[in-house]
Amino acid sequence: MKDQKSSDVRIGVFICDCGSNIAGYLKMPTLVDYAKTLDNVVFVQENLYTCSEGGINEIKEAIPRENLNRVVVASCTPRTHEPLFQSACEEAGLNPYLFEMANIRDQCSWVHMREGEKGTERAKGQIAMAVAKAARLRPLNRIELSLTHKAVVIGGGVAGMAAAMALGNMGYEVDLIEKQDRLGGLLNDLNLILPTHEPPSVLLDDLIGRLENNPKVAIRTNSTVKKVEGYIGNYVVTAATDGNENKIKTGVIVVAVGARVLKPAGLMGYNGDRVVTHLELEAMLKQGAATPKSVVMVQCVGSRCEERTYCSRICCMTAVKNAILLKENDPTTSVTILYRDMQMYGVENEDMFRRSKELGVRYVTFDPEKPPIVEDGKVDVYHLRMGKQISMPADLVVLSTPLIAQEDVGEISTMLKVPLNENGFFLEGHVKLKPLDFATDGIYLCGNARFPSTIREAITQGLGAASRAAGVLSKDALHTSGIVADISPETCCGCLGCVQVCPYGAINFFEDRGVCQVNKVLCKGCGGCAATCPSGSARLDGFSSDQIYAQIEKALAG
Amino acid sequence: MLAYSEVTEFSGQVGDFKVKVRKRPRYVDQSRCTACGACAEKCPTKVPNEFNFGLDDRKAIYKDYAQGIPSVYTIDPENCRVLKGQKCGVCAKVCQAKAVDYDQKESFVDLNVAAVIVSTGYELFDATQIPEYGYGKLPNVISSLEMERLLSAGGPTKGHLSRPSTVRGEVRLKDLAKLIKKAEKSEDPTELEALQAEQKRVEHQVHKYHTAKKLGFIQCVGSRDFRFHKYCSSYCCMHSIKEAIIAKEHEPATESFVFYMDLRTVGKGFEEYKVRGAKVSGLQYVRGRIAEIAQDEDLNPVVRYEDTEQRKVTTMTLDMVILANACSASRGIVKVADLLGLDLDDNNFVRTHPNRPLDTNVPGIFTCGCAQGPLDIPESVAQASSAAARAAETVMTGGQALAV
Repeated sequence: MKDQKSSDVRIGVFICDCGSNIAGYLKMPTLVDYAKTLDNVVFVQENLYTCSEGGINEIKEAIPRENLNRVVVASCTPRTHEPLFQSACEEAGLNPYLFEMANIRDQCSWVHMREGEKGTERAKGQIAMAVAKAARLRPLNRIELSLTHKAVVIGGGVAGMAAAMALGNMGYEVDLIEKQDRLGGLLNDLNLILPTHEPPSVLLDDLIGRLENNPKVAIRTNSTVKKVEGYIGNYVVTAATDGNENKIKTGVIVVAVGARVLKPAGLMGYNGDRVVTHLELEAMLKQGAATPKSVVMVQCVGSRCEERTYCSRICCMTAVKNAILLKENDPTTSVTILYRDMQMYGVENEDMFRRSKELGVRYVTFDPEKPPIVEDGKVDVYHLRMGKQISMPADLVVLSTPLIAQEDVGEISTMLKVPLNENGFFLEGHVKLKPLDFATDGIYLCGNARFPSTIREAITQGLGAASRAAGVLSKDALHTSGIVADISPETCCGCLGCVQVCPYGAINFFEDRGVCQVNKVLCKGCGGCAATCPSGSARLDGFSSDQIYAQIEKALAG
Repeated sequence: MLAYSEVTEFSGQVGDFKVKVRKRPRYVDQSRCTACGACAEKCPTKVPNEFNFGLDDRKAIYKDYAQGIPSVYTIDPENCRVLKGQKCGVCAKVCQAKAVDYDQKESFVDLNVAAVIVSTGYELFDATQIPEYGYGKLPNVISSLEMERLLSAGGPTKGHLSRPSTVRGEVRLKDLAKLIKKAEKSEDPTELEALQAEQKRVEHQVHKYHTAKKLGFIQCVGSRDFRFHKYCSSYCCMHSIKEAIIAKEHEPATESFVFYMDLRTVGKGFEEYKVRGAKVSGLQYVRGRIAEIAQDEDLNPVVRYEDTEQRKVTTMTLDMVILANACSASRGIVKVADLLGLDLDDNNFVRTHPNRPLDTNVPGIFTCGCAQGPLDIPESVAQASSAAARAAETVMTGGQALAV
């Protein structure tokens, strides 16, 4: 890498015609002549397409021939071609961060198509800005970091087990940490699964058996996570098993801590005896308790309300399943489901819904403004579609309550520095496009800890989280980007302003020294900290103040 | 990435599948094309743009849509003058990258792979199968995807919610102006009168209904319907609510009605979004299934339905009706399943193992997304990662078919 002093900056400028996209509207010879007049510019070249093989070769040849130590390309958006031009610089022996781009197509020729003269003036300004910044660029390096090729999965329910199994099958060592004394989570407590009519033990025994036989998977039951240190590739998880603490080194962490069923104390006469939750009904059915003659099920108890705004996704199908099982067990049992919207999405659920109606399960829509009233042996409800109050006998009332977050999610969220949403479910990196990732690299999410899910969905998500984690583990080492923030410890006053704005959890505050420090592995170069820092201690390499001020001065000079 | 390609031959077993892929000719050299678009600008042949459901035109050399990957132009051989043996060659002349190649032929690629993922997606239910809804006959009854294009800033109306009758009316008015000029010179006054009457009528409709402001969203079109698909298509409640909210953001005077059986808002944040739709955007959710859609003299759709909560049968006149078309299995899947030996379910979705949601009946072949049943975006994205995990397990163990 060449060593550069500001006095011998030699900039090469490549101006792209983009076929006719730029050249059709702007005056290219004017731009070329203008670029030649700019400070530090020693070479200017117009290309038909700078991004074509020919254009790239012209950059690669010009760097040694003209002894260039900065390259500016005036063309399209850096979002598509910056990496291509940077690698051309690198191949010619120039640090790729000594490259700058001016977007004279999207931001100029395209939007000023009918104003060629003024557009050309504007493009001159854009090129001058890029050249001014280029003169002040400093070489940056991507740092290589070691990576522990192991995974920790927190939570041994069906989602966590699927994640551990997949990672183990791919050949990575996995520590599966489960708080309880056995694997399986909520699934252990269920009665039968539809449409297979199998007890959950069929699925669980198979899965647990194969996990136990997987030489890559270490199962740690009766274990809780006490502490998490480090960052992607280099975590140390402290887990306590029966009081003994172990430090586990790992590259990635999968969060699969599950959820629990809300016990609706004080709602609809819940007493755990004749007014129960579906989980309690399943326990009764599992034990073979005598079926009552009349059963009323009430949906959305404690969900889709002010306190818990969400729909818990799986309660309708649970109710329909249990209604079917009751009817199959004894067709003379009367089963009525009071509901707001039956959430039987997809193919199988709608099949199940239809089957329940064929078996004679009654459905009554209620208005949340006029909720059902549960009394001893009967339920009164305003029948929304008949427009009148009705009363029905009920030997047993079953309440559909939502899944709610585990009690200790707050601690886990703090330890891992990953966020929760307003209902205590973990908040993914992007609700649509990164459903199993966190914004922080190296930590992944699946199952009920993310949001209530069916068994199939939990398995799917467990495998998906494993896939995301394997994307990291399959690398030999990790590399930081060159464009990362840095905080000067001399001037940092430890105000934590940067910590507050960093969306990636990349800044740590060191209490002993009273300063903040950037973790360059996690930093994504957004610049939030640099813009926030009141003392100017935080800076973003590649977008430093002197570089940006130089651009602004050029912009205002025109 | 082999885009514009299809599998033509398939054999072997897990760990060692042999796949032959046919690459269709684009008549454009992908390695040279920079997607600058000069060819499409100069191409003289206009054809209806399928991506915008014919609401505007594309050229015979085209990109399906701006963000398409790979970013490369393609010549449509059905419409290109040169490929039909006529004189033209304009695109080759203007292409400075010399990428146009009228002689390009199809080519074949042979692949040897350990695992396969089938993610062939779905098709929109064809609503012309429900004659009582008038789709295809009533101009202002549109599909959910047509609504997406109308709302898109990159769409045929640049995001303005014009009625299709207005979009087409504007085109017709231009034609009429020319025809009237011609007719004025002719001897026969009846033709002129007829054209002028039509002009008046179209002008009235175009100006009076410049923007669609009263919208009806009809749920379960082809879904939860024993005549077509018994299943629920899962995502339509949410996309109707989303489209209604976006329409309101674009035009604050918009009034939207969502006609539904059950509003299924099962995803993370969905119920909250639905409630916000009512509170902030004023959406009105009407419980009831639409029986019939008619049309008044101003081309306004008139819906007839039973409001089951008000317990009455009634009608409502709307500016535009948007159908929530069901998620249908893609027609091509039957051929793919035949080639790969896959089992399909009664709906032609790829059948999966009850406890292994990505596994098909063939070891080493996995499936994800709407090929295996209706799914929304986050579920599809999650499944795609999962299918990748299953495939990676197979590849990394040298072709063993392991259970989940």
